[in-house]
Amino acid sequence: MFSEEIKKYSWDETTERIYSKTGDDVRRALSKEKCDTDDFMAMISPAAVPYLETMARLSRKYTQERFGNVMSMFIPLYLTNSCTNSCVYCGFHVSNKMKRTILTPEEMVNEYKAIKKLAPFENLLIVTGENPVLAGVPYLAKALDLAKPYFSNLKIEVMPLAAEEYAELRKHGMNGVICFQETYNAANYNIYHPRGKKADFQWRVDGFDRMGQAGVHSIGMGVLIGLEKEWRTDVTMMARHLRYLQKHYWKTKYSVNFPRMRPAENGGFEPNVIMSDRELAQLTFAMRIFDHDVDISYSTRESARFRDNMARLGVTTMSAESKTDPGGYYSYPQALEQFHVNDERTAVEVAAALRKEGIEPVWKDWDSVFDALDTGSTGKGTAA
Amino acid sequence: MDKLILGGCEFSSRLFLGTGKFSSNALMGEAIAASGTEMVTVAMKRIELSDKEDDMLGHIKGENVRLLPNTSGVRDAEEAVFAAQMAREAFGTNWLKLEIHPDPRYLLPDSTETLKATEKLAAMGFIVLPYCQADPVLCKRLEEAGAAAVMPLGAPIGSNQGLRTKDFLRIIIEQSGVPVVVDAGIGAPSHAAEAMELGASACLVNTAIAVAGNPVEMAKAFKAAVEAGRMAYEAGLGSRTEGFTAEASSPLTAFLD
Repeated sequence: MFSEEIKKYSWDETTERIYSKTGDDVRRALSKEKCDTDDFMAMISPAAVPYLETMARLSRKYTQERFGNVMSMFIPLYLTNSCTNSCVYCGFHVSNKMKRTILTPEEMVNEYKAIKKLAPFENLLIVTGENPVLAGVPYLAKALDLAKPYFSNLKIEVMPLAAEEYAELRKHGMNGVICFQETYNAANYNIYHPRGKKADFQWRVDGFDRMGQAGVHSIGMGVLIGLEKEWRTDVTMMARHLRYLQKHYWKTKYSVNFPRMRPAENGGFEPNVIMSDRELAQLTFAMRIFDHDVDISYSTRESARFRDNMARLGVTTMSAESKTDPGGYYSYPQALEQFHVNDERTAVEVAAALRKEGIEPVWKDWDSVFDALDTGSTGKGTAA
Repeated sequence: MDKLILGGCEFSSRLFLGTGKFSSNALMGEAIAASGTEMVTVAMKRIELSDKEDDMLGHIKGENVRLLPNTSGVRDAEEAVFAAQMAREAFGTNWLKLEIHPDPRYLLPDSTETLKATEKLAAMGFIVLPYCQADPVLCKRLEEAGAAAVMPLGAPIGSNQGLRTKDFLRIIIEQSGVPVVVDAGIGAPSHAAEAMELGASACLVNTAIAVAGNPVEMAKAFKAAVEAGRMAYEAGLGSRTEGFTAEASSPLTAFLD
């Protein structure tokens, strides 16, 4: 389990190592065919800033070689904003006085139909707050069952589950799981997540092992940028986590996210750090050079201009026309949202902008028939 | 240099030796000593199992040298399991180099039978080191089946051709959760150094030493090469001169200004 592995790494020592990287370290990393986590540290360090253009070129080259000139498109659907957690930065915070909604099966279907009218979306991300009693595994199973006729690829972004629960949801057509660790700094984790099930760092960080053990095809990871001042240390920990997972659950496809905190109705939590566009670009290039195959996902948290420009330079997955409030596409088109999106264009507009950049938006790149064929063969965990 | 941990044991030397093809057992013994190896593989078929005073074994015994019986000669998993049990009884060791090559010309490993035998033998408590194709997926499957290490080939046994499978060895090393020992095809110390620079955990050498003009000197050369390659790997290799050049204009990142 990664909670054991992560003990090998000191947060402070990692931070020091990143800041001690030199131009030589960066050049060495950029000339390698395969980079290790030390090279990643060099590429995200301040020492790499003068190499940004070179990194952009390499990132574009590797992305084109591996993925071609395409962008995989997905859309999130929030099923509920009901949540028992108290994440200090989140609009769904348990003590936030807001109207809480849990979509009924009928409402879910209305949302699915409404999404299909926006664009030919086939990749659906089902999102919930953490409410295991009212929106637990049976509820998610129902949502998946009802979504299947409309979408060929279903992923979930929900609270961490037990391995058996992931396996159960796979039977209902769940092909992927996205879960943000938010931060790998165990010492500060509870400042941001003081109460509720999410306060358990170990349960969350080991959730990825449980996904791997359950044979989940696609695992998405993320660090919430804005929590830890030393975001470089946080994403380095994530890079280590990625390498660990790749080695143990080698049949799984991985994606990474670098969500920057957005304004939300959250009682005024101010981000501890603001990451600039330049820094996010550097991080994106570094991740691509570090790992040629990992999916890099940008959501509508990012601006239209930034997304359009980064589309050729490392990003391989994008959402469009997202609503972050439950039932936002049909049932409740008013604000009960988790955060305010930045890129407010329609999916059709995003697709047109990508085409202008020479990129083909791909709506369908999976078929549920592969889920049905699945025999449960997994890259089961092996002791390394 | 880091110590190699394999099958729960520590090894200071990352050079493993094979024992075939030497012109005499005495010369083999000298080469083993000169190489500094701590792991020597021996074909069961070469040993007179009932003879406690077997001449070949007599020349292998050294304080720090672990004996690694191999199943060379078997043609399928069933024969391999049988041979392994005999080896365990005869040599009093759970360690086993699993070799299944039904083809007598190139001695290429049978991937399907090797995987089957690894599963069975690991379940029976053997420390299994399978000789295998440089196939990254096969190596992951062997790891899952319980192999203590994987031993992908650089080129066919005895060919001295070097790391013909380099691109795949690189992937295997990157992905593996168990030690990767490059076995077969290593014909010169430079090949061994190259494998170690790639990040291999160890090299197994036989023909290149056994048939050298002076096997003892060649054993020393391999010892030095394996150490040099490992040291270079641990030190972190410098950048190549080719690769990227700085660009005067910055059209790709201009939008960030």
